[in-house]
Amino acid sequence: MSDHGIGAGRYVGQAVQRKEDPRLLTGHGRYVDDVTVPRMLHAAFVRSDLAAATIRSIDVSEALALDGVVAVLTGHDLNGIAGSMQPSMNVENSPFPCAPLRPLAVTDVRFVGDPVALVVAESRAVAEDAAELVFVDYEPTPAVATIEAALADGAPLVHPEFGTNVPVDFPMPADPEVEALFASAAHVVEHRIVQHRYNPVPMEPRGVIAGYDNVTGELDVWLSTQGPHEARLTFSRLTGVPEQHVRVRMGDVGGGFGQKFFTGHDEQVVVLAAKHLGRAIKWIEDRRENLLAATHSRSDLADVALALDADGRILAAKFDHVEDAGAFPVGGLGGVGPFVSMLFPGPYRIPKIWWRSRIVCTNTCGRGAYRGPWMFETTAREEILDVAARAVGIDPREIRRINVVADDDQPYNTATGMMFERVTPATTLEHATQVIDYDGFRATQAAAFAEGRLLGIGIGLYIEPTSSPAGSLGVEAAKVRLEPGGSVTVFLGTAAHGQSIETTMAQVVAEHLGVPYEQVAVIQGDTDRTPFGGGTGGSRTAVIAGNATRLAAQRVREKVVEVAAHLLEAAPEDLEVADGRVAVRGTPSRAVTLAEVATAVHNVGGVAVDVPRVLEATGRYETQGMTWSNACHVCTVEVDRVTGQVTIGRYVVSEDCGRMINPMVVEGQVQGGVAQGVGGVLYEHFVYDDDGNPLTTTFLDYLLPTAVEVPRVEIDHVVTDGGNPSGVKGMGEGGAIGSVPAVFNAVADALSLVGATVLDQPLTPLRVVEALEAAGA
Amino acid sequence: MSEHDVRLTVNGARQRGRVESRTNLADFLREDLGLTGTHLACEHGVCGACTVLVDGRAVRACLMLAVQADGTEVTTVEGIAAPDGTLSPVQQAFMECHGLQCGFCTPGFVVTVTAFLEANPDPTEAEIREGIAGNLCRCTGYQGIVEAVKLAATRLREGVDA
Repeated sequence: MSDHGIGAGRYVGQAVQRKEDPRLLTGHGRYVDDVTVPRMLHAAFVRSDLAAATIRSIDVSEALALDGVVAVLTGHDLNGIAGSMQPSMNVENSPFPCAPLRPLAVTDVRFVGDPVALVVAESRAVAEDAAELVFVDYEPTPAVATIEAALADGAPLVHPEFGTNVPVDFPMPADPEVEALFASAAHVVEHRIVQHRYNPVPMEPRGVIAGYDNVTGELDVWLSTQGPHEARLTFSRLTGVPEQHVRVRMGDVGGGFGQKFFTGHDEQVVVLAAKHLGRAIKWIEDRRENLLAATHSRSDLADVALALDADGRILAAKFDHVEDAGAFPVGGLGGVGPFVSMLFPGPYRIPKIWWRSRIVCTNTCGRGAYRGPWMFETTAREEILDVAARAVGIDPREIRRINVVADDDQPYNTATGMMFERVTPATTLEHATQVIDYDGFRATQAAAFAEGRLLGIGIGLYIEPTSSPAGSLGVEAAKVRLEPGGSVTVFLGTAAHGQSIETTMAQVVAEHLGVPYEQVAVIQGDTDRTPFGGGTGGSRTAVIAGNATRLAAQRVREKVVEVAAHLLEAAPEDLEVADGRVAVRGTPSRAVTLAEVATAVHNVGGVAVDVPRVLEATGRYETQGMTWSNACHVCTVEVDRVTGQVTIGRYVVSEDCGRMINPMVVEGQVQGGVAQGVGGVLYEHFVYDDDGNPLTTTFLDYLLPTAVEVPRVEIDHVVTDGGNPSGVKGMGEGGAIGSVPAVFNAVADALSLVGATVLDQPLTPLRVVEALEAAGA
Repeated sequence: MSEHDVRLTVNGARQRGRVESRTNLADFLREDLGLTGTHLACEHGVCGACTVLVDGRAVRACLMLAVQADGTEVTTVEGIAAPDGTLSPVQQAFMECHGLQCGFCTPGFVVTVTAFLEANPDPTEAEIREGIAGNLCRCTGYQGIVEAVKLAATRLREGVDA
């Protein structure tokens, strides 16, 4: 069973308490809206309230006349001075087209929320007042709000520049072998599976303070972000200010979940305005804007088919996927779409697959990353598997046991070209179903059904790609410095926004340098102080930054030992470092403290000239391919036959993220991810009407789950070495992936008792009641 | 816009200010008094991040005008810990139970739970979950928060008994 202890050290592997907490618990955190800079102005956007329209005119005269208004900027002011607005990472080599980005709409608008003007004023209240005095004369034009509408013949074009609403189409040629397997299979199941739109919704909306000094030519930015270095590159390209004159800082960041991974459109407009005006400008997004115009996620559909033999063994699959990119996706078109298809086989042996991947544009808010951006593969696969199990007449657990990739199968190459190793889907499937007492639940379910109650159980099994080797995201550097007084500072290009990196990376340094955890401080979020890094996202920090940090700490330790050997007149190999002291092994009284080592190095005559003069080292780690983690989610539900309400009973996760740096942090990530999946399946839905008008722009309409709805999550750890020096695997996204099919399948299982079926999310009470009525139940 | 004088006590210190009629209590605390621990996450009274105590009762500072707070005694998250920085039992329990990740909703939870445990010192888990259902957290899945409330309740009761 589980072994929490594999690889556990004095600090690594321990649930040490977080360094971040005291300031955050007492109101002493510093988020972007808590920062004030001298002579700071405030901005508010004027946004389109139509999904598609031609702009006849923009009248800013009344707004400009309001006391306290400094400027009302339109595209005529900013668009001509803007450089590229594309995300910085890997953009030159992208095979995908870029949406026709522009700072502010001039000729036409393409979604509700599309920015048309930026009001800059002495206070936020005045800026908002003035924004209401900007009059935009629109001529409405037809809009497409859904994937189906965008694909229809003769559909209005979101971007006439593309000449199509489908700028990305990866069709595989028809495969006669796949067709033959489908033609001869004992069972074929096929369904259109639709994933509704729901969003990251960090509790802290987006925000930026940008200041430009016309004399020094320096652009100084405070940003709520997941990656200040990426933002610096973006702002440099946008404004033409050289990178070394752009400083991006972040303080505490109130969540991101992918939304703040690439630098957003609106933040770029504010930076451009600051450059244009030569003044510092603060823009803090409000909740309506965040729901309307930040980024949207998870809007996908696929026609999915499985061919199976009489026993339920999968012979072949077809996966025809369409991703909704909205109008102006943040992070570019095409980054995720084809990846969804390539991951579709997941933890199962699927010998042959045909897939097609299309990305469509619609007159809606642009798509952005959200915790497991590709996760529709898991939703679609796990849902169709349950449909297949019922068609074959076997239990959903059994169909997974029959098809799961076993330990002996590895390394396993999927039919889509993914190579899995060091994963344990079969083990986690068994553990999770044991912990929840799957067989016992089936008996309970039958007894309850005899009383007329509908209980169900659902499984979500998946393999999570972490620490992608994609371009600059596959590399990270860490700098570790022993300070003159013996404390240790770590400089990282990461950008924590809830992931506890100040804690976990301090654990790594304490372990590998040999100093107390309390003496280690981690600095991140300042491009002037930290090495370049790809930011925090993509479940990449533990593996890539963690191994870089480990290496840097080991190198500082080597330097320390070399100096101490001189001071102690001992051989380096006879020395050990622990608790901030270097001692001769077996003779603990012969020792020097790290402060004494640092003092010797930093003073004249302290050490011989040939020992290191700098107690600082950088470690660089480049990931060797994808690191795969995996988990199995199982949950039970009860469906109220009268109201359609779904109540979750037990929720179990068995997961394998390799060696854990801090089990408390791992479990917190799993629990939080599950809450987001539960919210997505049952409550959260960003709704547009057919004309592209948003209907859910407050928390009264866009429903986040509360403590009453989110279940307690029971977690079982399977620990398999991750195949890198630290043995870790990424895991930040998985909770939000496996939870969606687990909850969905549990409801579908309950409804199947009375012959009712559901195919679409969210599983609102209305949808459940309709499914029951359609089945005559 | 008409302006008004307000006088109130915030975290034990007397404060005065001149505010527009429309200025809400959260903006007054954050911008006029520099108490930026009170966070704004929805500004329409749903998320609870801006919760403060007004005369001992948990209140959403985004839904209360600063002028309405005239003459009251306000406690913000900055006033919960001891002056020397020692965490309150609620704050300490949040830290030990991993009841926070990004920390943005945390001030609202700390204040809400502080008031909740005064009103209900020995809550069941269901009561705890109901009691914090007016505060939204996007990171933790609430599990660490629920555990923290239980731990704080136990310690506060033991403290009273002792």
